Amino acid sequence: MHINIEKVSHQYETKQGMLPVLKDLSLSIKRKGFTAIVGPSGCGKSTITRLVSGLIKPTQGSIFISNKKITSPLSTVGMAFQNPVLLEWRNVIKNIILPLEIVSKNMTYNQKRSNALDLLKLVGLEEFENNLPSELSGGMKQRVSLCRSLVHSPEVLILDEPFAALDAFTKEDLWDVMHKLKKERDFTCILITHDLREAVYLADQVIVLSGRPASLQYDVKTNFNEEKKISDLYSSEVSQLLATLRNQIEIAQNKND
Amino acid sequence: MIRINNFIIPLFSLIIFCLLWELLVWYNNWPNYKMASPSDLWPAFWKFKHLFLIYGWETFWRTVVGLILSVLVGLSFGILMGFSKTIRIGLYPILVGFNAIPKATVVPVIALIFVGMHNMNTIIIVILISFFPICVSISIGLSTLEREYEDILLSLGANKFEIFYKIALPKTLPEFFGALKVSTTLAFIGTNLMEIIEPHGKGLGHLFDSGKISADYPLMFAVLITLAVMGIFLYYIVVYLENIFAGWAIRQ
Repeated sequence: MHINIEKVSHQYETKQGMLPVLKDLSLSIKRKGFTAIVGPSGCGKSTITRLVSGLIKPTQGSIFISNKKITSPLSTVGMAFQNPVLLEWRNVIKNIILPLEIVSKNMTYNQKRSNALDLLKLVGLEEFENNLPSELSGGMKQRVSLCRSLVHSPEVLILDEPFAALDAFTKEDLWDVMHKLKKERDFTCILITHDLREAVYLADQVIVLSGRPASLQYDVKTNFNEEKKISDLYSSEVSQLLATLRNQIEIAQNKND
Repeated sequence: MIRINNFIIPLFSLIIFCLLWELLVWYNNWPNYKMASPSDLWPAFWKFKHLFLIYGWETFWRTVVGLILSVLVGLSFGILMGFSKTIRIGLYPILVGFNAIPKATVVPVIALIFVGMHNMNTIIIVILISFFPICVSISIGLSTLEREYEDILLSLGANKFEIFYKIALPKTLPEFFGALKVSTTLAFIGTNLMEIIEPHGKGLGHLFDSGKISADYPLMFAVLITLAVMGIFLYYIVVYLENIFAGWAIRQ
């Protein structure tokens, strides 16, 4: 599933009039690719996730998934947010199967459960199957949220800052969980983040958006290693890349002011 | 241990309350036409135990039926107002205004519209008095649902109805039960308003009125205590239901 965003402009209606957030944004994400989108805050990154998932329509331009224009939500998309938004009245396993209740109505409960359990094992939470979300830590909740976003085997996974609220070590654990999921499952991924190390570590392509209204400012491949390890982040090659990205963010921020 | 405490502690506070009441009456040397003491109540209750049984049941079932209907009315309005901003801003002034009217003044109006239909009159007053908290809590709960919750299902192509019964409704249940507890106590006010103001010769309200006419003050107090006990009983039924349906929201 490759994704093409073609000359997309988008604006919101506010009390002060129209607020343009995206302007002539074009980018393409290759099949099974992992693209991180970074940029100054408020530059319209989350708008991109809502556009790609079909929740809103762009004011101008179009978005294609596998050459098919998106006009409404597709059941082949999975989403996870900074807030894990778990349903507190459902236990872990029932939270994870929620998407299947919408897109695979004919599946039996046991099938749904076994799908969910496979993912739960991948993220290392199999013994928490019957716990309520209130009994889990922040990092565990986010793992469950990732499982839920993948349970219906989506072709596109959209992550909107899912690790932003976690402490540094939990975050790095979750990055490795993400690597594992990406290796085991077949999906194209878009990650919105403010963390440049996260972007470089997880994605094979990093895109820097300019300040509002956002357009493409910088696009870089990050395949510095076949199998990325946390220690790679401290190599001179990666430091160089991070410095370049940091610089690009500054340029984007100045445009915002 | 927790279970026993849940029973022992309220019982203990009840006994202390009755002792203080008894002491207050005894210390001031009040005659029982000024203020009856707990020790006067049991004889009064025992003397009219058959009436308490008959009238108590009448009050009880009409309150419960009225409460169930007010849940339905409150839910319907709440759901409409939670989902449509237009309906919400359109209905709020009417509902608030309506709720601000003292219900005692509505009693004669209702009684005139449905002359002779005692049960229906009473139940209507119960609905009018207790649907409002439910309606407000449901509409607020639904209209403040975080966008991400909707997005999870919307991005999969779910319809409004699926979002409602899979997420919005269960998420509002704790607020609903909070409101239902308020409504439960209000419901008894509704039943008794009708029974006391309009002489239907039914319910504990009527027994209270008879006590007033015959200056039997211990009887009047006994009626009040019976109403309190019924209110507590119904309240704990709601708590029980809350534990079943919204137990996840209760901190252990």
